[in-house]
Amino acid sequence: MEDLPDAEIPVSDVPPRYHTGRLPNSKAGDGKPRLLLMGQRRSGKSSISSVVFHKLPPSETLYLETTTRIKKESMHSFMDFQVWDFPGHLDYFDPAFDVDNIFEEIGALIWVIDAQDEYLEAIMRLNTTILNLQHSYPDINVEVFVHKVDGLSEDYKGDTFRDIIQRVQDELSDHGYENAPVSFYQTSIYDHSIFEAFSKVIQKLIPQLPTLEALLDSLCSTCRIEKAYLFDIMSKIYIATDTSPTDIGSYEICSDYIDVVIDVSEIYGWDRPQENGEGENGHSEIVEIGNNDAESLITMERKGNNYLYLREINKYLALICLMGDDSPAEKKAIIDYNVGVFQAALKKVFPRAEGDPLLPEE
Amino acid sequence: MNTGKRQKQRKVLLMGKSGAGKSSMRSIVFSNYVAKDVRRLGATIDVEHSNIKFMGNLMLNLWDCGGQDGFVENYLTHQRNHVFGSVAVLIFVFDIESREFQADVISYSAIIRALEECSPSAKIFCLIHKMDLVQARLRVQLFDERTEYIRTASESFRDNVEFFPTSIWDQSLYKAWTQIIYFLIPNAGTIEALLTQLADVIEARELILYERTTCLMVTHVTRGRETENPFTDRFERISSILKTHKQSMSKHTGIPAGSANFAEMQIKTGRFMFFITRLTENTNLAASIPPSEQIFNAARVNILLVRPKFAELDIASKPRPGIQQAFAHSAAQIERGDERSEEEGGRRGNKGKEREVVGMGGGGTAFEG
Repeated sequence: MEDLPDAEIPVSDVPPRYHTGRLPNSKAGDGKPRLLLMGQRRSGKSSISSVVFHKLPPSETLYLETTTRIKKESMHSFMDFQVWDFPGHLDYFDPAFDVDNIFEEIGALIWVIDAQDEYLEAIMRLNTTILNLQHSYPDINVEVFVHKVDGLSEDYKGDTFRDIIQRVQDELSDHGYENAPVSFYQTSIYDHSIFEAFSKVIQKLIPQLPTLEALLDSLCSTCRIEKAYLFDIMSKIYIATDTSPTDIGSYEICSDYIDVVIDVSEIYGWDRPQENGEGENGHSEIVEIGNNDAESLITMERKGNNYLYLREINKYLALICLMGDDSPAEKKAIIDYNVGVFQAALKKVFPRAEGDPLLPEE
Repeated sequence: MNTGKRQKQRKVLLMGKSGAGKSSMRSIVFSNYVAKDVRRLGATIDVEHSNIKFMGNLMLNLWDCGGQDGFVENYLTHQRNHVFGSVAVLIFVFDIESREFQADVISYSAIIRALEECSPSAKIFCLIHKMDLVQARLRVQLFDERTEYIRTASESFRDNVEFFPTSIWDQSLYKAWTQIIYFLIPNAGTIEALLTQLADVIEARELILYERTTCLMVTHVTRGRETENPFTDRFERISSILKTHKQSMSKHTGIPAGSANFAEMQIKTGRFMFFITRLTENTNLAASIPPSEQIFNAARVNILLVRPKFAELDIASKPRPGIQQAFAHSAAQIERGDERSEEEGGRRGNKGKEREVVGMGGGGTAFEG
């Protein structure tokens, strides 16, 4: 892993303090899960990575240049992972390539297919890749993003999606590879679908997922929460949700809500010089940001009791709950308490409490 | 004449060349459209009237005047008195991308002359629109050139015209409209005085009063260090954040955007606390306060108590028991959650209405201990 230090590190004022990302199938050592973005050229790989991880407005992706070499980026978040953006024309199985180096620490292989273009060749290359990898790295999750579906009509979108799934599966089983670990998603950078798809990809890489889901489930049932999400604040990917059925609508509303809270926090969270004026005395000024977990609440007027609740869990994660109709505002205290319990439990799952040293190296 | 209770109708003309973006900005500001929805709008035929209620006895009477040459000709001749009589504000929209800028200015001059004749005391706002289409580094220069030229053509209104660069794709639209609204509010001074008093009492760093449906800022009060806040465009930004949030709420709850209002939003962090709550029937109050639960709770209770005072200034001041009751009810609901607040609320309630605001000063500081 000599090339790790060379990875491009996004501008961030705070160095990462923790990393808990550990893969079920990863080798010993501090390998970070790797997301490989592959697919035909112009299928939208770099756009996806820019929109999801760099918050580039989707309309600006038109001006992205063609990727000519492998772009490695480290993401520092609740878990550290790398995103490798591959140029479309590379032949990974050319003997000149160090295949082991590429696929060794892989977390997920994301294959992007442009749904608005001819996709037969893309499927062919995808299948070759899967079959090649099958022998040496059978544990790799292959995630197929049927991309740019925003431009297709509702009917055509469904047909294309089914056709692609059919073709991939048929061809794999023709080669004697049944039940391949391949998942399919319909994505577009112009709505929330790409974030939702990434959320599901990342969730597969989190060994603690069942624990998280169980925690969220019990939180939901005690507080009559309709839907609870655990969000990675920076990328707006959700790393876990309770096990009740998910619909994209509730994801969107929570994701938009994070934006509101972040935007307002940016405006009023500016660095104030030490205040010692009237009215400020008696309260120890809190200097450190994130010391106090941010909390936010929206009460809707029309639907009466239905509201949104956000609680910052740590520097990277936020819990967002969509309250049910029958969860009256007076129960706020119960919710606060239970969320506190949830937060404590989560600290045990991701052992990273304040003041703790970094995780001991194995 | 009892001017105190009578609502003031203020006539606002929205004019400019066909396709300049008049109806687009009107739909975004007043009808909860998002920027990309305006593609659906067709051309405006003749004049579209809309009445918009605002705080402080203000009723906007907005005339969106179709900009095709035929219509303009008609306004200037047959309907001259009808259109240009008793105008409070003329908003003229220039398309920065227009290829016939000279012709636009000539048409502007003709309208100015009609206005001079019929309502010489009117105020003019010129919006140089679609600025997003100009390269960022050229924007300032181009804007300055255009304003200079238009000012020269403004004749007797030379000193009574203001210019704003706008675009529907960012908060500049809100900035311009906020200024226009502020100009139109008849009792801005009274509102501001009351707000300042309130801000002192609840120790707010900043109070911002927003109109509910448009999310336009009515006025704001900033105290102490907050005046050094580096985000000088924060009022417009919050307008646009609120508006976007409203869209998102309405989309996912199925409530029409016009009524997808939240009753309250709170954000508490280690550096500040912030909340927006309903103040009167058509205003929301946003408060940024120091990070302290005590100040926060005291502030919320005090704002509940001050509502009737502001409601008196509001346009819908005809007695409407339903609303008063709703306020009292929600007040009771919130107080139940916080015993100390309830106690405080009870004491407050016994004091006379006139002394209420002053009385709260004591309440606020008592909390400090």
